[in-house]
Amino acid sequence: MNTEVITISSEDYKETITNIKKDGFQMMVDLTAVDWFRKREPRFELVVQFLSVSKNLRKTVKVIINDENLSIPTITDLYPGANFYEREVFDMFGIEFENHPDMTRILMPDDWIGHPLRKNYGSGRIPVQFKNAPKVD
Amino acid sequence: MKSKKINRYNLKALKKKFEFWATNSEEGGWSISSTDEGSQKMLEVEDEKKVKIQTGTEIIDDFVVDEDSSDDERMIINMGPQHPSTHGVLRLQAELEGEIVRRVKPVIGYLHTGMEKTGEELNYFQGPTNTTRMDYLSPLFNELVFSLTTEKLIGIEVPDRAKAIRILMTELNRISSHLVALATGGMDIGALSMMIFGFREREHILNFFEKTTGLRMNHNYIRPGGVAADLPDGWQKDIEDIIQLIPEKLKDYDDMLLDNPIWKGRLQNVGILTTEECFAYGITGPSLRASGFDWDLRKSQPYSGIEKFNFDVPVLSEGDVFARWRIKVLEIFESLKIVEQVMYQMPKGPYKIQDKKITPPPRKRLDESMEALIHHFKIYTEGFKVPEGDAYVAIESPRGELGCYIVSDGTAKPYRMHVRGPSFCNLQGLPIIMTDSPIADAVAAIASLDPVIGDVDR
Repeated sequence: MNTEVITISSEDYKETITNIKKDGFQMMVDLTAVDWFRKREPRFELVVQFLSVSKNLRKTVKVIINDENLSIPTITDLYPGANFYEREVFDMFGIEFENHPDMTRILMPDDWIGHPLRKNYGSGRIPVQFKNAPKVD
Repeated sequence: MKSKKINRYNLKALKKKFEFWATNSEEGGWSISSTDEGSQKMLEVEDEKKVKIQTGTEIIDDFVVDEDSSDDERMIINMGPQHPSTHGVLRLQAELEGEIVRRVKPVIGYLHTGMEKTGEELNYFQGPTNTTRMDYLSPLFNELVFSLTTEKLIGIEVPDRAKAIRILMTELNRISSHLVALATGGMDIGALSMMIFGFREREHILNFFEKTTGLRMNHNYIRPGGVAADLPDGWQKDIEDIIQLIPEKLKDYDDMLLDNPIWKGRLQNVGILTTEECFAYGITGPSLRASGFDWDLRKSQPYSGIEKFNFDVPVLSEGDVFARWRIKVLEIFESLKIVEQVMYQMPKGPYKIQDKKITPPPRKRLDESMEALIHHFKIYTEGFKVPEGDAYVAIESPRGELGCYIVSDGTAKPYRMHVRGPSFCNLQGLPIIMTDSPIADAVAAIASLDPVIGDVDR
């Protein structure tokens, strides 16, 4: 199964998704993000998987998100199923989706501080202090 | 006369005591707004779009409101997180009008254990131990999708016998998972004997799993590069027993439920989910097929050599709870067909690839070969390196499309591991199927979607 992969910037995001919907990709099956902390600039990448059940095709859209405001338009108006996924990405990575109907945390408690799937978020151990180690903010 | 006076005095004191206990304040008064967890509002700000999502009318507007009723009659109740019919720790905030559910808001996250974060800490060899715990009713599917994604990233193909074993085990797992869905679904609706029946038959399959993998759940049996062990001696006999036993028992279920007027009356025309709504919310699996759309990844995008076996994809057009129940029964028959074919066509050969860099050598080789010892040590301490890149692989789990997205940065651990759980997505259809029906039917509707909270919260 070969998947077409396209990489776009966040300005073209909404327009591209509108065209994808017109092309007959009925389902948005998955939406997630990758944190390229200290590996790439800009840091966050949104990965959206589409499925066309009529043509039996898959398409992957990768969106590079600007570091300054960390926000991107929502696609819940085109694919209502993106609702939970966008909330999950907001919860785990802190990327805001503009005009999302309910932009709240979904898995973590409402008063949680931090975004767990970011690479600079510790994973529950007691941190070990090394000499001359680069400081992680 | 005297005794009456004493009684009155005691009552007053009792009432005061009770008020103090109930409100925890000296002033008294019946204020119940003191809990902030589980607010008494469905929404902070009433917005047309948000209300549409909660009433399940975003795609098809079939919402009927009685003109005479006012907001005063509406009541917000919380179902769960400990409610037995929510199959785990799902919490539903429902607005009721009398007995009719008007608005629903699913609240999830009570079983969140950060498994995607854990997935970044474990190497590819340890990965299946983590993913197998996500959807605990179909653990082998989770292992399979993780292994297939890893193998796609490395670019290897497993031997035919490993593929056949994988199909055999996953299809048996589909049967056991559907049996639980039928059992708990029956219990939610009131067919209590269904609960006993479903779990009784599942036991036979779990016994076979225990014999093969060593565990009844969370097997860690399917691993990148093949499977953990070969099938045990005399496995054909066990499979034959299962193939013979389950259709007989399924016939009992049908005798009990298929023409049962109570069962039909409770399930037919309840919680209708149309194909259009399934597409919009990304709902796949039995729920999509019960709404009249023929879509099965085993047929359209086959994995692990399942295209070699003959089976049909049952499709029903009603889209109600009855259709979603019926389709699970029919799918068990189709899975049994596949299991039978795999049993007779099981190829000979190795059950894992012979690349010593990816799969560990057999235990007895360690005593005679230095190289085997080194490979064994390397795999169990460091794991194996996977080339840079990313891959998304999807398979048909008992609940729909189960996908795994792995980003590799060239080391032995995934840089990012994300699992697209079907239950997470399917839960968004809850407002559609629950609203405008009595609360008793809502329970049937939840059971028909068959959400597994381990898969939702991960």
